[in-house]
Amino acid sequence: MIEKLAMYLQYPFVRYALIVGILIALCSSLLGVTLVLKRFSFIGDGLSHVAFGGIAIASVINLSNNMLVVLPVTVISAVLLLRTGQHTRIKGDAAIAMISVGALAFGYLIMNIFSTSSNLSGDVCSTLFGSVSILTLTYREVWICIVMSVAVVALFVLFYNRIFSVTFDEDFAKAAGTNAERYNLLIAVMIALIIVLAMNLVGSLLISALVIFPALSAMRLFGSFKKVTICSAILSVICAFAGLIISILAGTPVGSTIVAVDVAAFAVCYCTGRLTGGLQRG
Amino acid sequence: MALLTVKDLSLGYDSNVIVKNLNFSVNAGDYLCIVGENGSGKTTLMRTLLQLQDPAGGEILIGDGIKKNEIGYLPQQTVVQKDFPASVREIVLSGCQGSLGRRFFYNKDDKRLAEKNMERMGIADLADRCYRELSGGQQQRVLLARALCATGKLLLLDEPVAGLDPKVTVEMYELISELNREGVTVIMISHDISAALRFASHILHIGAVEFFGTKEEYLASDIGRAFLTQQKDGDEQ
Repeated sequence: MIEKLAMYLQYPFVRYALIVGILIALCSSLLGVTLVLKRFSFIGDGLSHVAFGGIAIASVINLSNNMLVVLPVTVISAVLLLRTGQHTRIKGDAAIAMISVGALAFGYLIMNIFSTSSNLSGDVCSTLFGSVSILTLTYREVWICIVMSVAVVALFVLFYNRIFSVTFDEDFAKAAGTNAERYNLLIAVMIALIIVLAMNLVGSLLISALVIFPALSAMRLFGSFKKVTICSAILSVICAFAGLIISILAGTPVGSTIVAVDVAAFAVCYCTGRLTGGLQRG
Repeated sequence: MALLTVKDLSLGYDSNVIVKNLNFSVNAGDYLCIVGENGSGKTTLMRTLLQLQDPAGGEILIGDGIKKNEIGYLPQQTVVQKDFPASVREIVLSGCQGSLGRRFFYNKDDKRLAEKNMERMGIADLADRCYRELSGGQQQRVLLARALCATGKLLLLDEPVAGLDPKVTVEMYELISELNREGVTVIMISHDISAALRFASHILHIGAVEFFGTKEEYLASDIGRAFLTQQKDGDEQ
């Protein structure tokens, strides 16, 4: 088995997939804690469906680089969603559901009506569940991913204290003179970037898993924001790595394998948390 | 000049004005208690004082060398906070965010201030504990320590004893009075009128009838007497 793995690792596309997979897992786990706590667990779902709609439009108008459509559309949707969610939570929930299902339906409709491809259901399936596309990354795509990941991690570290304040108590943050709107906007833009990145890895149906599972797992174990954030980042990277290796060796679909590993990790963390009352409280 | 002066203030959302033409002022060292029936606009008033929402009319003047970000705020707890994975130290430290300015991280002074305020509130030994595992009284102490990190001058407290048991309630009130004696100006919302009368120096009553004055004036006024008997009846039921 080790030999088989070593053989696979000689191929650049396998190495690219591992690098990109790990980076995406790292980025998506960072904001997970914030989104779960702000009750925005489903924003990942909503936005990824918007991104799916964007991809559908891009492929219909035959754009060579679909990022040009997908990225701005997703960022705008993220900003709009987080804005409606601030005052009335139910409205935010409903807005996410609306945009999510609407974008999914329109995306599929557009792809169906204006289809240029001979294998439509294959196309749709790969966009929804992640595809082999992570194994067909070009050198340039890998670099784009690295640059964007570094940007996300740097922004998160620099604004860590503000993100914490705004997540824990938005009113207090505003009263203390922090520009909460600006940091909510930052969170929205970051999450949109992460989702567009992660579409390659797990596809638009499973993105929420990548965002929320590591955070939820880490929250079973630790009681401080910093430890939860670090733990969820590490957990996410390990799960993504394990998932990628398994899928390469066993020939299973990449996205669903990673998510399955994440679910298993959550189960382990949940039981550990229950048994020990938290590994280390504090 | 007073620390805080409110002139002809009207409160409300959009066209729905709840309170009209409110006038009062708070001097350094005062302990003002805001009382009134549920829905009379107490929390709206506090949010307006904090500039979290715009007044429907009138103005709020902040004076005496106090800056906008030098107001400590103790909000009512939100659902989100109930299962928030954060340590006591992280939360108290976040009270220093007003002084961050252009910096990204907290410095030694901020951390020292957080430690000092944790000791002041008697929660230094809980510093590494997780907030969601603390009792209601301990959680309020954490939030009070956080508010103190933001200010040494003016505290705005929104129902600080909501949901606490009687013994902890008394402790909380004593803690607040002690801060007031140390020179911190306190503005507190409460619907516990007896406690308000025991500790406060001034009373602001809002609702259908409005009143502002010292505690003694309130006790002598018609509105004060009416509200007191009404509350007493409510307690006895």
